[in-house]
Amino acid sequence: MSPIHRNERNLVRDIAHARAGDKGNTSNVNVWVYDSADFELLKRNLTVERIKREFPQLVRGNVSRYVIEHLHGLNFVMHDALEGGVNASLNLDSHGKSWSYLILGLALES
Amino acid sequence: MAAGRRIFRIGTGAGFAADRLDAAIDLARRGELDVLVLECLGERTVAFAHRDRLADPRRGYNHLLDRRMCALLPVCQASGTTIITNMGAANPRAAAERTHEIARDLGISGLRIACIEGDDVSGLVSADQHFMDEPGTIATIQHQIVGMNAYLGADAIVPALDTGADVVIGGRLADPSMYLAPLMRHFGWKNNDVDSLASGTLVGHLMECGMQITGGYFADPGIKDVPDLARCGYPIAEVSENGSAVITKLPGTGGCVTEATVKEQLLYEVHDPAKYLTPDVTADFSHVQIKDHGDDRVQVSNAAGQPRPDHLKVTVGFDAGVLAEAGVSYAGPSASARGRLAAEIVESRLKSVHRLKSDIRIDLIGAGSLFATAGKVSPDSEDVRLHVATRTANREEAELLLWEVEALLCCGPAGGGGFRGVITPAIMTKSVLIDRAIVRPTFETLET
Repeated sequence: MSPIHRNERNLVRDIAHARAGDKGNTSNVNVWVYDSADFELLKRNLTVERIKREFPQLVRGNVSRYVIEHLHGLNFVMHDALEGGVNASLNLDSHGKSWSYLILGLALES
Repeated sequence: MAAGRRIFRIGTGAGFAADRLDAAIDLARRGELDVLVLECLGERTVAFAHRDRLADPRRGYNHLLDRRMCALLPVCQASGTTIITNMGAANPRAAAERTHEIARDLGISGLRIACIEGDDVSGLVSADQHFMDEPGTIATIQHQIVGMNAYLGADAIVPALDTGADVVIGGRLADPSMYLAPLMRHFGWKNNDVDSLASGTLVGHLMECGMQITGGYFADPGIKDVPDLARCGYPIAEVSENGSAVITKLPGTGGCVTEATVKEQLLYEVHDPAKYLTPDVTADFSHVQIKDHGDDRVQVSNAAGQPRPDHLKVTVGFDAGVLAEAGVSYAGPSASARGRLAAEIVESRLKSVHRLKSDIRIDLIGAGSLFATAGKVSPDSEDVRLHVATRTANREEAELLLWEVEALLCCGPAGGGGFRGVITPAIMTKSVLIDRAIVRPTFETLET
């Protein structure tokens, strides 16, 4: 269970946890709900379209969403989303390790 | 193979090149391990190691090898634990010879050190080879190649274990393969037993990043608290013959193993969960079962496999010159405004006065940096740091960048302080595929 009270949930972070990884210029972020009852809410909020809409300058390529239904998790694979990746990016976080918190920082909309 | 072979215990004693050592010593001493894996290579680590080797042919292996081996060889010999590691990086032979020397100096006799080579495929890859997941060929890259290494699988490691090696040292051994190889040997899993190979690969994948499954890289105060992270324990996998495993850690260590820590690691750097490619198997993690037994014991099972790919992945490393970074800080009222003015000054001078050709990036740490491209900035911070960076093959440009940022101390906005500037080597890596039939791993044993 998430320790955040049901009435105080504003962000994806309040219902889910996540980890980001990189391969070249592709970022993947896996996201898991604390409480399986929130999985539908997570799926509604984190769609491929939403990710592309929220970060158009950063996530420039295709986005895929893999659903791991029985473990209540989503895996986003975002192509051309690391400003060139660790070889080329001048972002201080050239691996995009912090991208997990980009996703967790999104507001719960519906 | 006899049915019902005993549970096999594998521990991780390093999950990346700079990982902690004290927790590894504790694990080797108290873990009753069959195997201790030290996973110390990332894609780019090998390329940096090639640069070290080019500068000094006796180097090119993990910088912490001496410390790690001095501490772990005596403990692992006493507990009968085999060490498997890719600390050899770009120079496994030098790493094995150095380990041999350390063992002799410590008075350890009868130690068998197997050195695996054959991952260095320079000369086997042609310049017109296309990159794996982006346009272009090796020939289109202007930078000089520093080295190229194929990811070797369990089939390169098992023969060395068969000869009774106490320490196996290689270069680009694929991370999960270092876990799978001793499992194949212990349980007699064959190359066509793809579900078992996938199960062993799952164990390796979960374990290879060390503390990332025992509470490291997980804590978020108030919502994901982790006990005693300063003394986090490394993970142990207790693997059964049917491929299921319990992930746990030593009692008395910090950290935690829970369903949540296992889930985050399950898909770490994984794209399609049903197709995780390694040199050993095409693993399907999409139906993995995770059962939290409490007390830092989590059981994983139900990985499935398809046959291994016909090609091996090769990382090609290029010398990309240097990365130059420099910064100055501003604090108090109007800090952000002064930081933004400093950014304008540096940009103007680097471009119009010095005519820098390389791309420059300027961040205002505290007001917007990591998420700046994603559009997230906080305009009014009272503590910001100007951070200016470039990658360039021209060292002169790097030095100019540092100079201009330092010059802000007298010529820039009011109240700037704390200049630091560094120039570090830059490398670029690309991936290509190679027909596995032409990659021929070998091993040689050194004995004390």
